[in-house]
Amino acid sequence: MSGEDHDNSTPPKHGLAGRPPEERPHPEGRRTSQGIRIDPEAEAEPRVRQAVVSALVENEPGVLSRVSGLFSRRQFNIESLTVGPTTVEGNARITLVVEETEPGIEQVKKQLAKLKPVMSVGELDDDAVRAELVLMKVHGDEPDKVHAITQMYDGQTLDAGPRTITVQVTGNQSKIDDAIDAFRQFGIIEIARTGQTALARGATPTTPGEEPAPEGTIADEPQKPQTPAQHSDD
Amino acid sequence: MSEHAPPTKEQAQESEASTSKSTPTQVTDGSTAIVRALENAGVEHAFGVQGGAIMPVYDALWDSEITHITMAHEQGASHAADAYGVVSGTPGVCLATSGPGATNLVTGIADASMDSDALIALTGQVPSHMVGSDAFQETDTTGVTAPITKHNYFASDSDTVGKTVGEAFALSETGRPGPTLVDLPKDVSFGETDRDPGEPTPPPGSTPTPAADSAAVDAAVAAIERAERPLCLFGGGVIKAEACEEARAFIHEYDIPAVTTMPGIGTVPEDDELCLSWAGMHGTGYANMAITHTDCLIAVGTRFDDRLTGGIETFAPEAEVIHIDIDPAEISKNIHADYPLIGDAATVLEQVHDAIETPPATREWVEQCSAWKDDYPMDYRTPEDEPLRPEFVVEAFDEATDDDTIVTTGVGQHQMWASQYWTYKEPRTWVSSHGLGTMGYGLPAAIGARFAADDSQDVICFDGDGSFLMTMQELSVAVRENLDITVAILNNEYIGMVRQWQDAFFEGRHMASEYNWMPEFDKMAEAFGAKGWRVDDYDEVADAIEGALEYDGPSVIDFHIDPRANVYPMVPSGGANGKFALTEDQL
Ligand SMILES: Cc1ncc(C[n+]2csc(CCOP(=O)(O)OP(=O)(O)O)c2C)c(N)n1
Ligand SMILES: [Mg+2]
Repeated sequence: MSGEDHDNSTPPKHGLAGRPPEERPHPEGRRTSQGIRIDPEAEAEPRVRQAVVSALVENEPGVLSRVSGLFSRRQFNIESLTVGPTTVEGNARITLVVEETEPGIEQVKKQLAKLKPVMSVGELDDDAVRAELVLMKVHGDEPDKVHAITQMYDGQTLDAGPRTITVQVTGNQSKIDDAIDAFRQFGIIEIARTGQTALARGATPTTPGEEPAPEGTIADEPQKPQTPAQHSDD
Repeated sequence: MSEHAPPTKEQAQESEASTSKSTPTQVTDGSTAIVRALENAGVEHAFGVQGGAIMPVYDALWDSEITHITMAHEQGASHAADAYGVVSGTPGVCLATSGPGATNLVTGIADASMDSDALIALTGQVPSHMVGSDAFQETDTTGVTAPITKHNYFASDSDTVGKTVGEAFALSETGRPGPTLVDLPKDVSFGETDRDPGEPTPPPGSTPTPAADSAAVDAAVAAIERAERPLCLFGGGVIKAEACEEARAFIHEYDIPAVTTMPGIGTVPEDDELCLSWAGMHGTGYANMAITHTDCLIAVGTRFDDRLTGGIETFAPEAEVIHIDIDPAEISKNIHADYPLIGDAATVLEQVHDAIETPPATREWVEQCSAWKDDYPMDYRTPEDEPLRPEFVVEAFDEATDDDTIVTTGVGQHQMWASQYWTYKEPRTWVSSHGLGTMGYGLPAAIGARFAADDSQDVICFDGDGSFLMTMQELSVAVRENLDITVAILNNEYIGMVRQWQDAFFEGRHMASEYNWMPEFDKMAEAFGAKGWRVDDYDEVADAIEGALEYDGPSVIDFHIDPRANVYPMVPSGGANGKFALTEDQL
């Protein structure tokens, strides 16, 4: 690989001596745009998938803007974000639905874990319990038909007047999507969706190290789980 | 001074004589609690600029042992504090008032964030009841700085503000370092309290485990043992972790060649046989050859910045990557780590060192690396009848000074020459703006470095004419404080780095990169009260350097260099490191 035959004694007036790029050896190997060495056997194109990520956070001012700021700054693809307090005073849960490649999802989780108010981060399995709520205000011309469709989707009528009817439907994402399609026939005047929230199924904690709130009591000070791998540099 | 003039801080402290010496600040209100928290953290110097909302904190500094250095501009304060931290290894502190004071700090905070430098910024804020009303000099400082701090705090209570400042201090240096900020509403600073903030304590859960998982270490070690062309890549994290001893011991024990990143300059002496200097866009040809051909890259404390990697697809394309880092989020962020080792650089390097049983056979590879040193020499020509070469100036300074001399820089071609042609031998002697690439960093950084360095160390700032113009007002501080620093301007009367790119990629159209007119920097230095020299020829170089180094105070040498000098080698953005250009026609 060395260039004994190349004259290096006089550098050019502007620049340095040495073999030009085309005379140097260059390795054959390549990496993907994700920085992964290409294994000729494996598929090269990274696949994007949906992931539901749950973060247990200290419910302090600004925590939501820190999380949403992180997503815009790092250009993470986010589909929805929901937030609400837990039963432990001072804690809140943020549920995020993201569309990313496998390394991208890892980055989302690790970068979230670096935020100081974030106590614990977990990704939910496919079998997790997920739900969303939608409110739809439709034209009130055909109340019977609206009622029938609402029943079909196990929904509820929250407000009915001569001109508009407002209904609520809850369920998983595809059910909500279907319901919205079904209500289009009446003319949807306004719509509000919450985005998905989710919990792990069964006894599995939704975020690692998460302790249930003591029965009937509310803890004074939230215990921050000591999970160094999640927090090691904040 | 008239009889009725109020005493200076120094006079006041002297008159109180021994009683006040090293007495910690008595906590009576938020401000004294803030200052006490800094004292408890061992802070000796702070850099800043006064102003309405921060006045109570400044007033509390009056009785403190902490030395405050008033800078000309808050940007200067943040860079000075940053460099102070880089040189001393303890976080630098900067202060500013609300609004414009805080926004002027932003560049330095962002700079510290990109380079993972521990830094604490304390900013005044309008009184709590006025927050949100667009009050005079109100800026949403925590909002503005959230993306560029490790964490920031909005102080809301005089009783806890001292503890918060202590936490901010501790957090900034825990794990992967970074800047923190505490925004201090004036009423919180004024509010009464007698609570001692105690020792600085990082927030729970923020202190990482130093050792890497031992099974992961074993797997990485197996990869090293079977490697034929192993290479260490030492980043700035090695210096921050005080792991240079371990890094040096490791490469010598197993004969593994090493390259550094730019922030990693000084981890291994650059005149060491195994050291190939730094890799990346303007790194040496031999470093870039080695990083291209290695089959096992042992990367420590680096975030694989794009100026290091060039195009991801062609970066160390045949290497298994072992990545040692304290920040799990850096693992496989840019370059996939085949063997991630999460932990403290010194601890993990020792783990790896001790676990190797069959050292890799590296003799041929070491010979290949040193052959590349001969193949791609950094030599340049110095015809007497041609304009002064910047490389010559850098080497002349290096020869005239000791190995522990600290070099700071602006950003541009001069920064690259200063990093290429000075032979760095020790950590914390190269102080530059890497990730953010902030023109104007050099002079305020030299001031901060001066306060952190031993008196016996020289501090040299290699600056560009353009970079110097951005923060040269800080010369007033150097004169006022009688700081022994030397600014060497490599003056090409160009925004040189931009001009080089225009010649290479924009058909030589020098849009907004020619200055046409420049102040006479030597005279300007004299007007500030510093010593000034102008140098145009080779035979004036040595005398000017000697004069500047001998002068006990700030000096400025305006070196008029070859305006056409360019920086090589060069890997164009996104290019393959192994295809570095040595001349313009190779780009
Ligand atoms: C604050 C800031 N503004 C703009 C740039 C873009 N920039 C990079 S190098 C450079 C030229 C620097 O000129 P000078 O300081 O004279 O250095 P030279 O390249 O001539 O050595 C510019 C404008 C920058 N890095 N920082
Ligand atoms: Mg210039």
